[in-house]
Amino acid sequence: MFSRAYKTAVTAPPLVWVAVFLLVPYLLMFCYSFWSVTPAQTIVHSWDLGNYRNLLRVDVYWQTLLRSMWIAARVTIFSLLLGYPLAYFLSFYAGRRKDLFYQLVIIPLWVSYLVRAYAWKTILGSDGVLNTLLQYVHLTKHPLEFLLYSPFAVVLTLTHIYTPFTFLPIYAALEHIPRNLVEASHDLGATPAQTFWKVIFPLSIPGVLAGATFAFVLSLGDFLAPLLLGGPSGIMISNIVVSLFGAAYNWPLGAAISLCMLVLVVSLLFLSERLEKKWSFS
Amino acid sequence: MSSETVTIPRSSWLLLHAVAVFAFLYLPIAVLILYSFNGEGVGGFPPHHLTLDWYRTLFADGPIWDSVLNSLQVAFAAMVISLAFGVPAALALDRAQFPGKALFRRLVLLPLILPGIITGLSLLMLFNLTGTRLSLLTIMLGHGTALISVATTEVFAGLQKLDRAQEEASLDLGANYWQTFWRITVPNLKLPIVGAALLIFTLSMDEIAVSFFLIGRDNTLPLEIWGRLRRGITPEINAISTVIFIFSLVAIVFWYRLRVRAEGSADVMAELSEPTSP
Repeated sequence: MFSRAYKTAVTAPPLVWVAVFLLVPYLLMFCYSFWSVTPAQTIVHSWDLGNYRNLLRVDVYWQTLLRSMWIAARVTIFSLLLGYPLAYFLSFYAGRRKDLFYQLVIIPLWVSYLVRAYAWKTILGSDGVLNTLLQYVHLTKHPLEFLLYSPFAVVLTLTHIYTPFTFLPIYAALEHIPRNLVEASHDLGATPAQTFWKVIFPLSIPGVLAGATFAFVLSLGDFLAPLLLGGPSGIMISNIVVSLFGAAYNWPLGAAISLCMLVLVVSLLFLSERLEKKWSFS
Repeated sequence: MSSETVTIPRSSWLLLHAVAVFAFLYLPIAVLILYSFNGEGVGGFPPHHLTLDWYRTLFADGPIWDSVLNSLQVAFAAMVISLAFGVPAALALDRAQFPGKALFRRLVLLPLILPGIITGLSLLMLFNLTGTRLSLLTIMLGHGTALISVATTEVFAGLQKLDRAQEEASLDLGANYWQTFWRITVPNLKLPIVGAALLIFTLSMDEIAVSFFLIGRDNTLPLEIWGRLRRGITPEINAISTVIFIFSLVAIVFWYRLRVRAEGSADVMAELSEPTSP
């Protein structure tokens, strides 16, 4: 029913915009990753794999990448451990208060990311809320220094930020489970544990995958929480990229690292999409 | 009956867990608000000398309010750009077939899930190549582009539920596509469009990773706060954060009311919890 002109009119403008402001920049990043920079800080448009060789050769790059993945993995696991039972509780046991609880999970999402990271900083610092509280009740004499400026602080803060994101798709998946399946399972003599592991959990896997992907990918690329709370041992891969684009002035190497992240993220998305399809119930 | 006796302890464990998670989610927010009234700085337990001084400092702080104005401009421009391209993109995905459609869909949605640093840096390279000077304009372009994903997702979800018969009738009765779009399609998509607009506005107001790389001389609010955090922290940051939090709460209540009035509570819950992707 829609004419060719209509289709062109709705297709062409976003297509052009997306090509100019998304596709071209990604391609540019790809090109940059093969270029190099002279000591006099001019970019040489030579095409070689020098930056990628550096990535593999210089320990700090791949070690930081691995550490970032480890931090992101912990954030993902903790977000799932916090988010899944919460979603399960809301979906199956919260009754009439479901709406209220749901809103309560959403509201922290509306508090600025930066502000929440900052709040954790004021809680964890050596003269922060937690340390002074512990000294006030005489649990410790000296402030616990490991709380702030450590990977622990980064994992804690990112878990705080991504738990609601992980919760959302899991909750959606649980809400979609037909309740008569659960009843049937009970009626056929399954215990609640059996019902959970054999009926409910498998049907919620697509939600778990979506939530886990979200938490992992977004925390992997984070550079603000590490800058604010990570200290030297909490540096993540994006911090290296930031410094390569700033003071260290090596855009090509920064582009190569970013491109690796991009490829990693896109393959994860692809994988998780595949798995979600495999596990989805139709 | 026997299942009842098993269910109760199970649900109370879950309730306990839920309470703990909520405590975890709200602890920093509570601390933030409480210490915005603390005369003795951002740490220290118990809070001392409750005062409104930090709010007074805040309201007299010129650079903060300049950055708020900048952020409002950026958010408004981002909203216009994302809707101007995101709504047609949703229509295109819903109704047109064209080569590269799958790639287009993925590209549009990618910034939603991609770490902001990649979007920000790739645009920085583009602006650098074209010799564009970094300013609020480049941030507007960055936010506008990244948030097309939000507009497209929301509007596409709305289109899936839209009955095409009305548009068909309008066209049959002699209205042209332009009239049909403004008189039938847009009014029917009012909720997703308003929802997307609010969401884009809020996300842009809070965005920092993309802005971080595209910033010129003028700061947005998050970057202004960021700059101050690096110089040392005062409860003035708590005060501005509390103010933003209250505005966000007003926005979420407004949005929720709007949707409940139009769709009924049950639908809204289902809709909110479902990040529908085209």
